[in-house]
Amino acid sequence: MPATLVSARGLGKRYLIGPDAFRMQTLRDRITEVLRGRVRRSDPREFWALRDVSFDLAAGEVLGVIGRNGAGKSTLLKIISEITEPTEGEAHLFGRVASLLEVGVGFHPELSGRENVFLNGAILGMSRQEIRRKFDEIVAFAEVEQFIDTPVKRYSSGMYVRLAFAVAAHLEPDMLIVDEVLAVGDAAFQRKCLGKMENVASHQRAVMVVSHNMATIAQLCQRAIWLDRGRIVHSGPVREVVAAYLAQGAAGADTWSPPSQRDAPIALHAVSIVREGSSDIAGDEAFEVVFDYSVTGPVAPGRLALVISASDGAAIFASASTDHLPALRETWRSGRRRARCRIPGHLLAPGNYFVTISEPTEDGGDIIHDGVLSFTISEQNSLAARDGRRGAVAPLLAWSDEEAP
Amino acid sequence: MHKVLRPRQGLARLNLGELWSYRELLFFFAWRDILVRYKQTVIGILWAFIRPLVAMVVFTLIFGRLAKLPSNAVPYPVFAFAGLLPWQLFSSAFMEASSSVVGNSQLVSKVYFPRLIIPISATFSALADFLVSAVMLIGLLLWYRVPVSANVLWLIPLTALCMLLAVGGGIWFSALFVRYRDIRHLIPFVMQLGIYLTPVGFSSAIIPERWRLLYSLNPMVGVIEGFRWALFGGQNTIDPRALALSVVIALVMLAVGTVYFRNTERVFADII
Repeated sequence: MPATLVSARGLGKRYLIGPDAFRMQTLRDRITEVLRGRVRRSDPREFWALRDVSFDLAAGEVLGVIGRNGAGKSTLLKIISEITEPTEGEAHLFGRVASLLEVGVGFHPELSGRENVFLNGAILGMSRQEIRRKFDEIVAFAEVEQFIDTPVKRYSSGMYVRLAFAVAAHLEPDMLIVDEVLAVGDAAFQRKCLGKMENVASHQRAVMVVSHNMATIAQLCQRAIWLDRGRIVHSGPVREVVAAYLAQGAAGADTWSPPSQRDAPIALHAVSIVREGSSDIAGDEAFEVVFDYSVTGPVAPGRLALVISASDGAAIFASASTDHLPALRETWRSGRRRARCRIPGHLLAPGNYFVTISEPTEDGGDIIHDGVLSFTISEQNSLAARDGRRGAVAPLLAWSDEEAP
Repeated sequence: MHKVLRPRQGLARLNLGELWSYRELLFFFAWRDILVRYKQTVIGILWAFIRPLVAMVVFTLIFGRLAKLPSNAVPYPVFAFAGLLPWQLFSSAFMEASSSVVGNSQLVSKVYFPRLIIPISATFSALADFLVSAVMLIGLLLWYRVPVSANVLWLIPLTALCMLLAVGGGIWFSALFVRYRDIRHLIPFVMQLGIYLTPVGFSSAIIPERWRLLYSLNPMVGVIEGFRWALFGGQNTIDPRALALSVVIALVMLAVGTVYFRNTERVFADII
């Protein structure tokens, strides 16, 4: 029986919103409040970001937390990370917790890569000796050896993220808490990070991870919690919870914008799935994935690309804006632009799908945003539904029949 | 290791043990602030010389030459500098500490560590500047051939007292700042007035005797008079009551500040 590392019972977090909430308070409000004897104080509205959440996390386990934006996932992680205090309930922690709610917290742009490794490591709870011992390993993992004495403000966004993640990946806590940080970085690096996290779990430590990417969750976790409006809707084996979550259609994200708008000469503003109807896509219906972006300065050649994956994470196909060219990269045209990728009807079998986006960077690289969009192909007018045939795709292919010579 | 997270009731415990276990982070933050302080400035560390030097020249002209205030038989520039040194230590340490928690809001809302580390570490960069300016003071003492006695060793506890005042006040105001953004406007204003309400450019000897004790309620009065006594002696006397008052005020501010901070910090992440 593996040891329990976290035991949470009835956790709740209440925020006060409205005119009297702390957030907007100034000294003047406070003084008038005191002078008026608080008689006129209106009741601030209560908002429970989290309510009645109980779960256990055992050593060696990876627990996924899923749910829509605003469902309370981050609040839960913040409570377990001791950043904020629960309003009710309690959680018992048995061991050292390291949380990674944002990549590169505490990085100082003016400091060199080397200095930031030490600073960030200390902030995340490593001792100086521990950092010194792992320093070379961290730098090698981040692949920034040449630039380690350059201020990080001169780093490309990819290098910055790699270095920040590398520091966190070398923590050796009993519990690692990770919030959506795998949404950044290129694909190869993401795989490296996932491997590192699996490694943590295999050493009798535990991981708790929030992600919008069901493929990552399904691959990484054994168990999952689905939160909706602050409450646990479903918890249990990961496949079961993910399937329930997807079936409910809660994942229907058809527009996505990069979390941080980078101030770069090439910027992706939004990616959306555009279709005629508002509900699920019929089996014979075509739809488009539309990229809104702008090019405002000199940028190395590159491309836009997407990957469609099934709900179990298996890739169905990929497509890139340069597929019609002999080269893999093309020169960008400047201005505010809109690129469309048309996905024909009679292609995908009924089911839930995720779209992974690759965002081009000014130096010709790509940032991969895993599974940020999702859509559902219904059985309506699908060939697969007609006779219950199997297969990841349900294409309408050309048949001919003629008299044999 | 077993930790229980639950709604806190009553007054917070101080938990010095935890603070101690994070002492390395304290020095990392201080190191960061010192490292960053003069990065991408043209003249760098020279700023630590220029600020007190320019203030000294202005004070010498206005208080020494124009207003002809007495300087207790010490050359006026050295006299003013001996007041500016602790004042600038206090005001910059206090200001850095007060704005530190809000200035590190990203850290506060994303990582756990004892929050008290933030305002305490913020005072260290002011101490580093102070040490640089202290070198200048030695230069001035030699230039004006001002003799010093063994009393000069008293500067060490006096500097500690000055830091204690800044840390105590800084802890308190950094927590107030999270809740009331008025502090942003209040502190520079108070510091601007403070330099004239504190015997930086003059001696507290010009204050009528019967008001002297009341005047010493400004805790920096004891510190600055102490600095001048330790450096010059002679007419620069020190009122032990004023010094005692400074110590008491420093301890009270530290206690009140820490209690207030510890009780407010649990909502920092929610309201910052």
